[in-house]
Amino acid sequence: MAGEVLDVVAEDIVRPENLVYRRPSALLDVDMHYCPGCGHSTVHKIFMEVVEEMGIQHDIIGVAPVGCSVFAYNYMDIDMQQAAHGRACAVATGIKRMLPDKFVFTYQGDGDLAAIGGNETLHAANRGENFLVIFINNAIYGMTSGQMAPTTIDGMVTTTSPYGRDPKTMGYPLKFGDLIAPLPGVAYVTRQAVNTVQNVRRAKKALQRALEYQKQGLGFCLVEIVSNCPSNWKMTPVESNKYVQNVLIPFYPLGDIKVPEVKK
Amino acid sequence: MTHEAIFSGFGGQGVLTMGMILGYAAIFEGKEVTWMPSYGPEMRGGTANCITIVSDEMISSPIISKFDTVVALNQPSIDKFEPAVKPGGNLLYDTSTTLKPPTRSDINIYSLPAGEIAVELKNTKVLNMIMLGAFLKITNVVSIDSIWKGLASVLPERYHKLIPLNQEAFMRGYNAITLKELVKV
Amino acid sequence: MGEVKLMKGNEALAEAAIRAGVDAYFGYPITPQSEVIEYLSREATKRTGMLVLQAESEVAAINMIYGAAGCGKKAMTTSSSPGISLMQEGLSYIASAELPCLLANINRGGPGLGTIQPAQGDYFQTTKGGGHGDYHLLVLAPYNVQEMADFVKLGFDLAFKYRNPVMILADGALGQMMEKVELPPQLPRENKEYPWATTGKPKNGERRIITSLHIQPEKMEEINLRLQRKYKQMEAEEVRYQTKNLEDAEYVFTAFGLVSRIALKAMDIGRQKGYKIGWIRPITLYPFPKKIYAEIAPKVKGILDIEMNAGQMVEDVMLSVQGKTRVEFYGRMGGVVPTPDEILENFEKMFIKGE
Repeated sequence: MAGEVLDVVAEDIVRPENLVYRRPSALLDVDMHYCPGCGHSTVHKIFMEVVEEMGIQHDIIGVAPVGCSVFAYNYMDIDMQQAAHGRACAVATGIKRMLPDKFVFTYQGDGDLAAIGGNETLHAANRGENFLVIFINNAIYGMTSGQMAPTTIDGMVTTTSPYGRDPKTMGYPLKFGDLIAPLPGVAYVTRQAVNTVQNVRRAKKALQRALEYQKQGLGFCLVEIVSNCPSNWKMTPVESNKYVQNVLIPFYPLGDIKVPEVKK
Repeated sequence: MTHEAIFSGFGGQGVLTMGMILGYAAIFEGKEVTWMPSYGPEMRGGTANCITIVSDEMISSPIISKFDTVVALNQPSIDKFEPAVKPGGNLLYDTSTTLKPPTRSDINIYSLPAGEIAVELKNTKVLNMIMLGAFLKITNVVSIDSIWKGLASVLPERYHKLIPLNQEAFMRGYNAITLKELVKV
Repeated sequence: MGEVKLMKGNEALAEAAIRAGVDAYFGYPITPQSEVIEYLSREATKRTGMLVLQAESEVAAINMIYGAAGCGKKAMTTSSSPGISLMQEGLSYIASAELPCLLANINRGGPGLGTIQPAQGDYFQTTKGGGHGDYHLLVLAPYNVQEMADFVKLGFDLAFKYRNPVMILADGALGQMMEKVELPPQLPRENKEYPWATTGKPKNGERRIITSLHIQPEKMEEINLRLQRKYKQMEAEEVRYQTKNLEDAEYVFTAFGLVSRIALKAMDIGRQKGYKIGWIRPITLYPFPKKIYAEIAPKVKGILDIEMNAGQMVEDVMLSVQGKTRVEFYGRMGGVVPTPDEILENFEKMFIKGE
């Protein structure tokens, strides 16, 4: 094939009317530090698409956690605060209470949200704090390179459960969404994934719904996203997405756990 | 002039209020005052006391261990604070609840049946005002007028209808004390 | 003259917070300072719309402050020693992210759960950083109820001037005792915009990021150097102290907070006995008033430092005098308050009888 033929074809195709995929304007045009195939980049992108579509880029404040997504503020083109490990929901409480008319969200991993930050998350939920928590559950500590998380499933091998998680001595995997769903302050709890195109679309819809609920002042919303960690699971991206589908999702089934009651 | 006093009794007897009324009265006279409560895990029924210092000058330490006047509303307070009266100082106590009276001879000891007076007034809650009246007769640190102002400041508005009763109780205590020749030290 | 009231130190501080136009208080109850959150819960919101939120822990409270301060709001908390320990993580982040806020530690006896009685054992923690990393709080030490009130506005002014957390270091007695206090005037809540505050990305400007994470060592060193320059500026501009009788002094009593008043009485008794004693009270514990000690040191026979701890500020006094005079220490611990008589007695033992 000759190069000049391809060029002609490219020029013919790259036209606004043919646009099917682009970077959302609220996502910065920089290289991400996430590993190839990691779900974080997908979630960043779809969430920034929602921000763009809702026209709220100048009216939203995010809270980054400690964990792989600590640098979320390097990619999202919005005002952000970086919180101490586990304290994102407390920081978000401070922000939302001061700026009740702005959208506020936290973006947290399983260790940050459910282990060290369990208390802050639980009490923010119980107070019905009117913000969104995006909870990335990949069942492992990514940033510190593969230790057991509160969401690590039974038998799963990590660097601190090298013979597989044994719930008898290491505790059971924690379903944080199910734990807080019964609280009256909690408006919306849903579990999504980004391992397939269909799941990505559903996850985006869930994030959008959560922000709509926040706008209506309905209370605490948690969007859990069952995600992957190819590097620490020691898998290829494709294998890791299959592991999400075949192993994690059966234990963490997708779908809404709690939705707001429709007012009549 | 500086007067260092402690009011002591059971929690619920109103000893902290005695100090507060005196404190406010002192402020109305332009004096300096510190009021330092004992604070601890006890609420009802435990021991409570407050150190109240009234002075014409800046008050240094709010926490002191020797007092010009000890006002004891129960036996444990007499037992605890009798040794803490400065020589030549005053110890005032209520005879109604005392089995073991104080014995020191280098201090001025005053007493009155405050509990019985309170019963006569048909309100045991004014025991503290009876004792405060007696305290003022002995120490004369502020004027009675200032005490009335202090009482109005400390008592919440909704209880102001009780001011006359409190004033009566105060005066009963005030008049129950006959000043004696002071102990020489 | 403003409104004069008889108030507890804790209540005066709370009332002053309302009057200073504070936007938010986040706290958790702990003796001997729970009156602050109780008073604010009763009074604040209805008067100024100030937010008063009882957090689930001190850990949460300090991080709520991080969030609120990051929005450019006046946010504060109060606690006592064990609770302040729990806040150290958050304070380190706040100092590093350069957020303004006000705290008060109504110091109780420790270590551990300790006692609820007054103590000064948190001096090191308060003045040397407290959490991890190289940072300082700006520390104010009130010695009466009036200053418990006055230091609220001053504290916020300094916090915003330097974008640095300010700590009022008091003790259980100052919190619990009542004194005459002249209340400051009611100021409005400001609603000011700050270029660094995260209130939503400006339409025509850069997004704001509040963070203490700088992975590149060179960048992190740069942040540290900036903090150190700020602390130098505080040392140049914010040192506050009070002295008495230094003109003819042969000895100096020095102490901070409540104890400085007891030392003042000990000085008076000592002067009556013929000892020429002077008095220094640091008001800012950080920055520490080094200069006044350095100046007086060559002129006196000795300095007696008195504290309700095992000897903490005395190290700063020694560093300040650089060996130019003798420095001795007398302290009580665990919630025991020294009396003027015992201070003087120990002074005589150390400086007079030994001579």
